[in-house]
Amino acid sequence: MTLASVLFYFFATIAVAGGVLMVTRKNPVHAVLFLVLNFAGVAGVYLVLNAQFIAVVQIIVYAGAIMVLFLFVIMLLKLGGEESVFARQPFVKTLSIVIAALIGAQLTYVFFFAAPDKGTMVDMETGVYPGTVKAIAETLYTKYLLPFEAVGFTLVAATVGALVIGKKKLED
Amino acid sequence: MLTLEHFLTLSAIMFALGVIGVLTRRNAIIVFMSVELMLNSANLAFVAFATKLGDPIGQVFVFFVMAIAAAEAAVGLAIMIAVFRNKKTVNIDEINILKW
Repeated sequence: MTLASVLFYFFATIAVAGGVLMVTRKNPVHAVLFLVLNFAGVAGVYLVLNAQFIAVVQIIVYAGAIMVLFLFVIMLLKLGGEESVFARQPFVKTLSIVIAALIGAQLTYVFFFAAPDKGTMVDMETGVYPGTVKAIAETLYTKYLLPFEAVGFTLVAATVGALVIGKKKLED
Repeated sequence: MLTLEHFLTLSAIMFALGVIGVLTRRNAIIVFMSVELMLNSANLAFVAFATKLGDPIGQVFVFFVMAIAAAEAAVGLAIMIAVFRNKKTVNIDEINILKW
C-alpha cells in the first residue's frame, strides 16, 4: 500500500464514522460536532486528491463558519434531546433505510460499471496539479467571472433575507 | 493503488447516510445537517473527477456549491428560528400547518 492509499483509508474511515454518528446522535450538539469530524475527514481526502485550496476552504467555511452557525442556533433554541431518535412509526423508519440503501447501491453501481473513463487518477502519475490556488483563480476569474459575481449577489441576498426572516416582529 | 472508484464509493456512502438522516430524523436542524452531508458528498465527487481529468473547473464548481450551501444554511436557520418563535418546537412531525 502506498502512502496515499493509507491516508485515503484513514481519512475515509473518519469521514464515514463521523457521518454515521451524526445521523444517530440524540443530542443535536453532539450531531454538529460529529459533522465537523466528517468535514475534517473529507478535507483530508481532498488533500489526498491534491486539492489544497478546496481542503482549506472546507475547513474554514464548512467546519468553521457554517457549523458554528448551526451550534449558535441550537443553543439559542434551547432544544432538548429528542425522545426517539428516528421516526415514530417503525414502518417509516424501515422504508427510509431501504430507500437510502437503494440510492447508495444505485450510485455505487453507476460509479463502478457505467462511469466512462474510470481507472487510476491522472494526477498521481503525470504531476498535473489542478488544485492549486493559481489554477483555480485563473479559471474562476476568467471563464467563470459572471457566475462568481452572481454568487456574490446571492450571498448578499441570502444575508438580507436571513435578517428579515429571523428578526422579531415589531409591535404595531 | 487508488482509483477513481475509491473516491466515488466514499461519495456514494456519504450520500446514502445523508438520505437516511433526511428521511428518518425528526429534528429539523439535524435534517438540515444531513442535507449538508449530501452536498458534501457531491463536492467530493466533483473534486475526484477534477483530479482525474486534470481540470480545475470541477473545483471551481465546488467553490460555488460551498457559497450556495452557506447561503442556504443562513436562510434555513433563520426560518428555523422564526418557526420556533411561533410554535416552540422544531420537530417536523408537529410542523404540519401546510399539510393538506
